[in-house]
Amino acid sequence: MIEAKGINKSFGNQQVLFDVSAQFHPGKVNLIIGQSGQGKTVLAKCMVGLHHPEKGEILFNGKDFLSMDKSSQSNLRSEIGMLFQGSALFDSMTVEENIKFPLSMFTKMSKKEMQHRVDFCLERVNLSGKNALYPSECSGGMQKRVGIARAISLNPKYLFCDEPNSGLDPKTAIVIDNLIRDITYEYHITTLVITHDMNSVMEIGDNILFIHQGKKWWEGDRKSILTSDNPEINAFVFASEFMKEIRSTLKGQKR
Amino acid sequence: MKYLRNIGRYFLMLGFVFRRPKKFRLFYRQFIREFDEVGINSIPLVALMSTFIGAVIALQTASNIDNPLLPSYTVGYITQSSIILEFSPTIMCLILAGKIGSNISSEIGTMRITEQIDAMEVMGVNSLNYLILPKVAAAFIYFPILVIFSMFLGLSGGFLAVVISGLLSPQNFVLGLRSWFDTYNIVYALTKTVAFGFFIVSISSFYGYYVKGGALEVGKSSTRAVVVSSVVILIFNFIITKLMLLK
Repeated sequence: MIEAKGINKSFGNQQVLFDVSAQFHPGKVNLIIGQSGQGKTVLAKCMVGLHHPEKGEILFNGKDFLSMDKSSQSNLRSEIGMLFQGSALFDSMTVEENIKFPLSMFTKMSKKEMQHRVDFCLERVNLSGKNALYPSECSGGMQKRVGIARAISLNPKYLFCDEPNSGLDPKTAIVIDNLIRDITYEYHITTLVITHDMNSVMEIGDNILFIHQGKKWWEGDRKSILTSDNPEINAFVFASEFMKEIRSTLKGQKR
Repeated sequence: MKYLRNIGRYFLMLGFVFRRPKKFRLFYRQFIREFDEVGINSIPLVALMSTFIGAVIALQTASNIDNPLLPSYTVGYITQSSIILEFSPTIMCLILAGKIGSNISSEIGTMRITEQIDAMEVMGVNSLNYLILPKVAAAFIYFPILVIFSMFLGLSGGFLAVVISGLLSPQNFVLGLRSWFDTYNIVYALTKTVAFGFFIVSISSFYGYYVKGGALEVGKSSTRAVVVSSVVILIFNFIITKLMLLK
């Protein structure tokens, strides 16, 4: 389990996160949602150590990540997989080399074992045989899948996905969502997805945290988000006229 | 204040760069890649520049020496001194600062803005060590090689220019090249080269690694890397010359 306790983060004079606390459970897809610029990515980056909060604790199975020494942090990081918004694949390496990178850096696997692991990860994301392609030769959806394959190559306990659907068509986005959900359930990973895509929320959100103005505003599951009375959540979820109509229909059915 | 902060950050960066690589196999692979992609690929530029500049130095010297008291082999001597002491180690490094410096800075800067460096950090990789140490190590090897190559081609260019144009006999030019030749000059030139190579690679890496923003900032940081590397080369050229030649 990952637990954030009282996270405060500022950039210069601008405070981005205000005392955010949350729990993210294993075997569940935990979503952080909210409008752009509300602090979702900053919160996730604080959790993986890319940003350093001024105040608060980040607990991975009860151990505070921020107060660990460098080598313990490094060990813990090898248990974290992360899929970045732009995939962040190493563009000088092939698909295979990208997936091999964490294996050759952190394991003592033989070449044969490494090859097996790479092939297994590629098969898991339905990209068998694409080993020799460079990231520039892959489509956006393929890049995301290679990113997932790289993230799971070390059998992580924790998986962070920063806007995994950005820039993808709805059909490919659902493929990526389902892949993240299946991997989470299959390997009992604590998965944390940052998104503002409502399709993802309804498709995979087991536990949803709504961040607004740098504060934890609402928490619940995908069913309760549709019936929430919170005005900010409603403004976010039912932003379009079409969604407002759906909401009216839902309310009508409720009555 | 900003300059002081950058100097401090630069030295802190070096502290992370000069650490034992986590996996020597990966370090070696990166080292070979850098040597090939940056060092070997610079050979055509070095060859072209050195041959023609060497030829022009010899021709200009020959055309300017009209004092009958000066022996004709002085042309060879001046060409040798100019190339070995200044052109190959300093001017060539300034040119390479433009080519190699902007290449390194934009490569690392692009990795930064596309979150590739963040991806390494999340994995627990010391990205400074992984990305920059092989570049510095390769530069320690290929910079002296390029400069020795430049010296050879510069002198050859000078020889061909004066001999083909009939300004000097081959024997006289070679006599000039060998006159008052001091091997210590080579030591001095290579010492400068190693220092300049280190500055070019580390300063360019620094500006690439700490870039913030998008493509525009990557371009700006590349320019800044080249300008700062060039200024540092000029300053240290003076300091090293003062320390090594004027004892």
